[in-house]
Amino acid sequence: MNIVVLMKQVPDTWAERKLDGADNTLDRAASDAVINEIDEYAIEEGLLLKEAHGGEVTVLTMGPDRAAESIRKALSMGVDRGVHVVDDALHGSCVITTAKVLAKALGTLDYDLVIAGSEATDSRLAVLPALLAEALGVAQLTGARKVTVDGPTVTIERTTETGFDKVEGSSPAVISVVEKINEPRYPSFKGIMAAKSKPVTTLSVSDLSMSADEVGLAAATTAVKSFEVAPPRTAGTIVTDQGAGGSAIAEFLIARKLI
Amino acid sequence: MAEVLVLVDFANGTVKKSTLELLTAARVLGVPSAVVLGAPGMAGQLIETLTAYGASKIYIVENSDFDGYLVAPRAEALAQIAGQAMPAAILVTSSAENKEIAARTAYKLGSGFLADAVEIDEDGDVKQSVFGGTVSVTSKVTKGVPVISLRANAVSAQAMPAEGEQIPVIVEVSESAKSARVLDRVQEAKGSRPALQDASVVVAGGRGVGSAENFSIVETLADSIGAAVGASRAATDAGWVPHQMQVGQTGVTVSPQLYIALGISGAIQHRAGMQTAKTIVAVNKDPEAPIFELADFGVVGDLFSVAAQLADEVNKRKG
Repeated sequence: MNIVVLMKQVPDTWAERKLDGADNTLDRAASDAVINEIDEYAIEEGLLLKEAHGGEVTVLTMGPDRAAESIRKALSMGVDRGVHVVDDALHGSCVITTAKVLAKALGTLDYDLVIAGSEATDSRLAVLPALLAEALGVAQLTGARKVTVDGPTVTIERTTETGFDKVEGSSPAVISVVEKINEPRYPSFKGIMAAKSKPVTTLSVSDLSMSADEVGLAAATTAVKSFEVAPPRTAGTIVTDQGAGGSAIAEFLIARKLI
Repeated sequence: MAEVLVLVDFANGTVKKSTLELLTAARVLGVPSAVVLGAPGMAGQLIETLTAYGASKIYIVENSDFDGYLVAPRAEALAQIAGQAMPAAILVTSSAENKEIAARTAYKLGSGFLADAVEIDEDGDVKQSVFGGTVSVTSKVTKGVPVISLRANAVSAQAMPAEGEQIPVIVEVSESAKSARVLDRVQEAKGSRPALQDASVVVAGGRGVGSAENFSIVETLADSIGAAVGASRAATDAGWVPHQMQVGQTGVTVSPQLYIALGISGAIQHRAGMQTAKTIVAVNKDPEAPIFELADFGVVGDLFSVAAQLADEVNKRKG
């Protein structure tokens, strides 16, 4: 079974994140870049499925040159090879364009399952996996806290607001996972050494038979017109409980007409 | 004025409050039309409420495939109705599933999708709060019919009687949209509390709560106020409460009128999920906890005694 795991490099959520005033896109140089946290769970799920069913795990990312570092980390966790879609023309791509580009990149690969994290910590849209299923015309099995593969049949437990839905589809399918699904492994020393010699393919926009005006800011379906740093919340009244802390909160809430 | 399509969310035969907020927000863009996608026989009980909240037209598609298969059939139906109605915009609430339906609809229409708006103006400009509430952006869909998801509690629902003309629509769901079959829907959350994402008031517990049993204090306070129960990642990772209750960067984002944090330190990842709450109250034994930097009112002390006293005060007020 061949599995492609989607991975996105994002600014570290522990750092201050910024937009670039020149074109209102993410300022990727402003903060440390890491693998999107939930994508590590997607990588782990790919590795677990490979260990159970055989096959190969490929990590696929679209991002600037720097994303190569994150591919290397995925390889050190045990992923077999990497595919990096990298092209200056991709800068500023909207989520719909990104889905189209990734669908084209998947067209160059042999896959049974695509596994993604449910959302990225920078854009927080949480719709790329659904859009990819739409673009590929395959089953959308998103929001999974559990994945079971039995031959061509894939069953997931999709988290909902009140519990879960049991959903079944056939491969090829696009799966997205939530962090409850597993515990990602750390790269071992052996894994880090092995990663150095694993193959990474780079693909440009023209390698995907797309033209530069079909992608990036030029083709984006949405635009950020302006942005401003939100004024930090100012701390209000802080009191130390001396036996009437709960009543003090009640008075505050009554004054604000909240209870 | 052009129509604005509003995808209706409902549960147990009742229109959700967040949909009434959408019908209100839609009026700045044009004339609201409700879109009901449900199982056969579902729509009838929703008509009265939708009409009272400004739905000029109510498109009704009743098809068992909407419950039988995930997301794709509803995206097909919404795109088909949009293709005929040529609306000024399509609005959905910001649930995980609705965002997926909305994005796939935008893909089919060749337009764009904006998620988690906190404000929409008459030009279709959308305000979003990003990077955990630290940056506010103004965005716009630049191609085709704008498809926008609006966060719960972004506007308050206002009744406005309208015509409520019912328009039944037949949709043939394609075979390819039936590729993810729903075998079972399992309810795990207990009882009658409001859904976390839509709630006006959220009471959340964190590491300071200490155990699954102790979480009852969070629930007691929530039930006294009629609030939803949330949790920090520390509490869900420890297995004290289900993952669905997690508020934060990798969980649910909420913008309630009131957020009460009990024993939550306020790590940046948690703040990302609740920073846009209108009023924040925090109880924590550590006076240095970063949550106090956000709190409109904070109490340094033992969360169990403070929360119990607050619940008593609330119950007393209710008489």
